[in-house]
Amino acid sequence: MRAFTKIDALVAPLDRANVDTDAIIPKQFLKSIRRAGFGPFLFDEWRYKDHGEPDMDCTNRPINPDFVLNKPEYKGAELLLTRENFGCGSSREHAPWALEDFGFRAIIAPSFADIFYNNCFKNGILPIVLDAAIVDDLFNELTEGYRLTVDLDSQKIVTPSGREIVFEVDANRKFRLLNGLDDIALTLQHADQIHAYETERAKRAPWLFAS
Amino acid sequence: MSGKTLYDKLWEDHVVHTEDDGSSLIYIDRHLVHEVTSPQAFEGLRLAGRKPWRQARNLAVADHNVPTTDRDKGIADPVSRLQVETLEKNCAEFGITEFDMSDIRQGIVHVVGPEQGATLPGMTVVCGDSHTSTHGASGALAFGIGTSEVEHVLATQCLVQKKAKNMLIKVDGEVRPGITAKDIVLAIIGKIGTAGGNGYTIEFAGSAIRALSMEGRMTVCNMAIEAGARAGLIGVDDVTIDYYHDRPLSPKGNDWFMAERMWQQLHSDPDAVFDKVVELNAADIKPQVTWGTSPELVVPVDASVPDPAQETDSTKRESMKRALQYMDLKPGLAITDIKLDKVFIGSCTNSRIEDLRAAATVAKGKKVADNIKLALVVPGSGLIKQQAEAEGLDKIFIESGFEWRDPGCSMCLAMNADRLEPGERCASTSNRNFEGRQGYGGRTHLVSPAMAAAAAIAGHFVDVSTEANQGAQA
Repeated sequence: MRAFTKIDALVAPLDRANVDTDAIIPKQFLKSIRRAGFGPFLFDEWRYKDHGEPDMDCTNRPINPDFVLNKPEYKGAELLLTRENFGCGSSREHAPWALEDFGFRAIIAPSFADIFYNNCFKNGILPIVLDAAIVDDLFNELTEGYRLTVDLDSQKIVTPSGREIVFEVDANRKFRLLNGLDDIALTLQHADQIHAYETERAKRAPWLFAS
Repeated sequence: MSGKTLYDKLWEDHVVHTEDDGSSLIYIDRHLVHEVTSPQAFEGLRLAGRKPWRQARNLAVADHNVPTTDRDKGIADPVSRLQVETLEKNCAEFGITEFDMSDIRQGIVHVVGPEQGATLPGMTVVCGDSHTSTHGASGALAFGIGTSEVEHVLATQCLVQKKAKNMLIKVDGEVRPGITAKDIVLAIIGKIGTAGGNGYTIEFAGSAIRALSMEGRMTVCNMAIEAGARAGLIGVDDVTIDYYHDRPLSPKGNDWFMAERMWQQLHSDPDAVFDKVVELNAADIKPQVTWGTSPELVVPVDASVPDPAQETDSTKRESMKRALQYMDLKPGLAITDIKLDKVFIGSCTNSRIEDLRAAATVAKGKKVADNIKLALVVPGSGLIKQQAEAEGLDKIFIESGFEWRDPGCSMCLAMNADRLEPGERCASTSNRNFEGRQGYGGRTHLVSPAMAAAAAIAGHFVDVSTEANQGAQA
């Protein structure tokens, strides 16, 4: 996993609440057995005027010029600013895979759906929860070329006017993201404790360990 | 000191290790696997040279991509076929039990789990699918995970989790005739919203929840995720214990008695404190119909499509406008005047035997309306299909003009050939009415199985709870 330390990023605004994972990456793309290559299909139904299918060449597809990510001024955006309950719906990790593959490194919203929030941290994306009023401020002051710096270590966002916004993140998640660490290797450091738990549990619930 | 909630008890029972920041390593008792969210996880194991920590704690079944007709001909779509074959190969390579497409036990992973006794009270249950919350109906802590976590569970039998907050949703009183678990849970989502349960585990309680069968309880917990909660729970009682007695993978002999004693403790203490409590009066709940593109955009069947102009919150107002545009509906239209093109009875929400019986009772002796191009009934598993056929439900459906299919996720998310065409409108017993969910440009209205069957017969929504309709059904 790519580590996340600090970014100075162009911000793209997606002014919608309850953006669901079916919208982020429609189900036909979930048939892939690969982990990469979902970026061209991010927000497929909003982004293009035709119906997308897996493995399609997207270079000549008719685009929806009104969709925010199709506007030239947001080309290269690495930070998505959006509304509450972003990523609701299915558990598909293809959603953060598509966002990451497209180029997003961080997402700011007043709230995220729990599974999506969790999945972001496994893929080097920093989801940032800010008060709805602050998110409103950011939407209001966003003009062409608007950039924010996000520093995970100090848990601070700095706006172009110099305003500093502090955000919360769990220490454990922060540590893993800052260092780009593999969760499994860290968990396996507790292998003895897992075995001990199983031994103790098997006494209480032997049917769980019968085979 | 106050007592513990059921969630507190389940959590404490599975903690292996806790970090300074409160995140814990949680032991996972049952991992369910399907074809869509697992290939990259198995590939990860392979690349790292890792093996499953405990093979027997995993159970796999293909459900999302499987065809619901002509099974013997295999899967026509080569991309879907490769995904299902990849699951078979991975299960063989890593020694994991899989119910393949020809197995009578095959079906939707969240139907198969309880049916086999693979998911049991007191367990932690995970699956790379958000509707894993279904299994909480048995007093298990069950939640959906992403593919990285699928790999993590395979490799370690554990997950790193932070404890959620406790929410209690109490539905007291008696529901009116014709009101089902689906109407109860849609009414709950309408009340608290799709983000209402974010950060919480929801326990459903109250006399109206107690009165539900296990099937009904699964419907309620299934849609906890639609209220934003990863996990929904219902405390164990005699209904739970009876359901799990003699399931193929349920404990047997002395283990059964030991399990029964343990499971009877699986309820919140009377003095347990919840972070949030929501109460609903069961008698107030009418048949529910969603009109928008989020499950919270729901109204009783006797209401009209709401007017965004009445909404004071600007973000909500814009969402409503967009939903109306996508759904091609006008404010003020009576829900019962909404005409339909297709009907889908199935999904992990509503494909169990009780759901099929409810739909068949409505359909019996009547014909699907001329304007309905397709009315599908897709049982949740091969065993449910067999049971329904033994009861003659298949004949009722077929004589009415419904199609009787093989088990799978089918048109809930249209990863197989069953789908809506652009602009088509569907009454569906599934769980999500998101844009494009049932097919590109398709329009979904979520309802109960009885409401879906009644809509198929009438060609538009009707109130199955009114006496007139009940009289007509008799």
